[in-house]
Amino acid sequence: MTAVLFFLLAAVAVAAAVSLILQREPIHSALSLIVVMAALAGLYLLLGAEFISAVQIIVYAGAIMVLFIFVIMLLNAGVEERTQFSRMARYIGLPLAFVLGAGLVYWITRWTMGTASAASMGSVTRPLAMMLFQDYVFPFELTSILILIAIVGAVVLARREDERQ
Amino acid sequence: MSDFLIRHSLIASSVVKIAVLLFMVLTALAYLTWFERKVVAHIQSRWGPYRVGPHGLLQPLADGLKFIMKEDPMPAGVDKFVFVLAPLLAMTVALTALGIIPFGPQEIELFGRKTSLAIVDLNLGLLFLFAISSLGVYGVALAGWASNSKYPLLGGLRSSAQMVSYELALTLSVVGVVLMAGSLSLRDIIQSQSGWSWHFLPRWNLFAGPLPQVLGFFCYFTAAIAETNRAPFDLAEAEQELVGGFHTEYSSMKFAMFFMAEYANMVTVSCLATILFFGGWLSPCPVTGHWIWTLYLPAAVFVLGGLGLIWDGLHYTTPIGKFELTVLGAVLVGVGGLTAAPFAIHFAQGPFWFLTKVLAFLFVYVWVRGTLPRFRYDQLMAIGWKLLLPVSLANVVFTSLALVVKNK
Repeated sequence: MTAVLFFLLAAVAVAAAVSLILQREPIHSALSLIVVMAALAGLYLLLGAEFISAVQIIVYAGAIMVLFIFVIMLLNAGVEERTQFSRMARYIGLPLAFVLGAGLVYWITRWTMGTASAASMGSVTRPLAMMLFQDYVFPFELTSILILIAIVGAVVLARREDERQ
Repeated sequence: MSDFLIRHSLIASSVVKIAVLLFMVLTALAYLTWFERKVVAHIQSRWGPYRVGPHGLLQPLADGLKFIMKEDPMPAGVDKFVFVLAPLLAMTVALTALGIIPFGPQEIELFGRKTSLAIVDLNLGLLFLFAISSLGVYGVALAGWASNSKYPLLGGLRSSAQMVSYELALTLSVVGVVLMAGSLSLRDIIQSQSGWSWHFLPRWNLFAGPLPQVLGFFCYFTAAIAETNRAPFDLAEAEQELVGGFHTEYSSMKFAMFFMAEYANMVTVSCLATILFFGGWLSPCPVTGHWIWTLYLPAAVFVLGGLGLIWDGLHYTTPIGKFELTVLGAVLVGVGGLTAAPFAIHFAQGPFWFLTKVLAFLFVYVWVRGTLPRFRYDQLMAIGWKLLLPVSLANVVFTSLALVVKNK
């Protein structure tokens, strides 16, 4: 059952990821990305990480992708134009992509993956909270400040035109 | 066959529960439209629906039939896939969220397996609910975009900005409750509110605990009204400015789906308000000592309501109305008698009190809509970011402080 669900979710994730690149309409690409996020959340759920799974949906599908769609709607981004491969992409990019893919396959098949099963399905929230707010509280707060700085920076950038008047 | 059902009792019982819940919810949603029209009408000194059936009771049926029979045109130049996807998404998300609402404390036995009165009991119920409801914005935003028309686009943009803004306040406003209960499971949150202070005041989160969650409730309910795009925050469908907002181009069943999604969201939000702040299925009266008679309150309400309906039916003007109201009243009396029976009386308590509280919240929803004028867009954003967000943040800080002081 778990294996079936895993392959189903993995197939959905990969298919949506391919569709994300191939779609020409930006909104369709964004929708595909949401499907990828949802499939990943399902995979986390299979691993017993309920909390991460819910947060994945809330943060990525519920917040970040909404902003993506919002920006696409606001800018009314048109349909992408399809170009022929540039010469650079054809003679350097394609071989490099092929080498990268082959290398990945090689390393993944050689790697004997550990089968460390996830922690029991009980409450994952408490240990996670302990880790975030006690063991790693300094990096956590540092990240928060970093994000705050980014927000302030965005507001400053958006405000600049007002002051010029 | 029954052997098969017992072996797969988890799936079988889930399917049965889903079917029952879907039937009840869809019927309730249909009658919620009747309820809203009636209440708003009486607030505005009108009669509301009166023609179809006695007191307009068959109006939802007629509306449903009309929705199904209507032509369903697809405007030119729309993105067909997204145009069809949007209402489906809105409806699916809204109905999924109802799946984890526990309606009562008792367990029922289905196919030899004891299951609770919720489709699924999750450890992280509240988090799951927020995860699902955070997807609700897509239905609105995509509908606005896919319609290829200016009013829906503006409506979609407005409402997605609104929903994103108020989601923060909504999530923060319940943190106080979660801190006090120490759990994200809806069942645990309700259980943590049992008991009475001074023998008469229930220890519901609204007025008990280390810090009564009055501020939290205020923020929650305001944000929830905005989150469901209801008046006075219904700028997404401000008729005077935007025709119908994001669903201007939709008709027939697709429009009905948006409508049902909106009402389903109202129900979810009311259920959550009941669970988080008003003790869920817990009775407001202690059921011990000389308060034991309150066990018969549900039966009394049903029987009295049924008798009232029969009396009204006997005086009704049309013969069909006379018949229907009397039969309905008799059914209600019968249900009342059933809830007073010894084998059902304890089982009936939880769902009765839960649904009563939810109905009260739905009434407040309609009441607010009938009373308050719509906010301006800048006022809406100011309330969300400058009032609700700081207040709910302060609520988190104060609740944590109160908890620390209490646990010292």
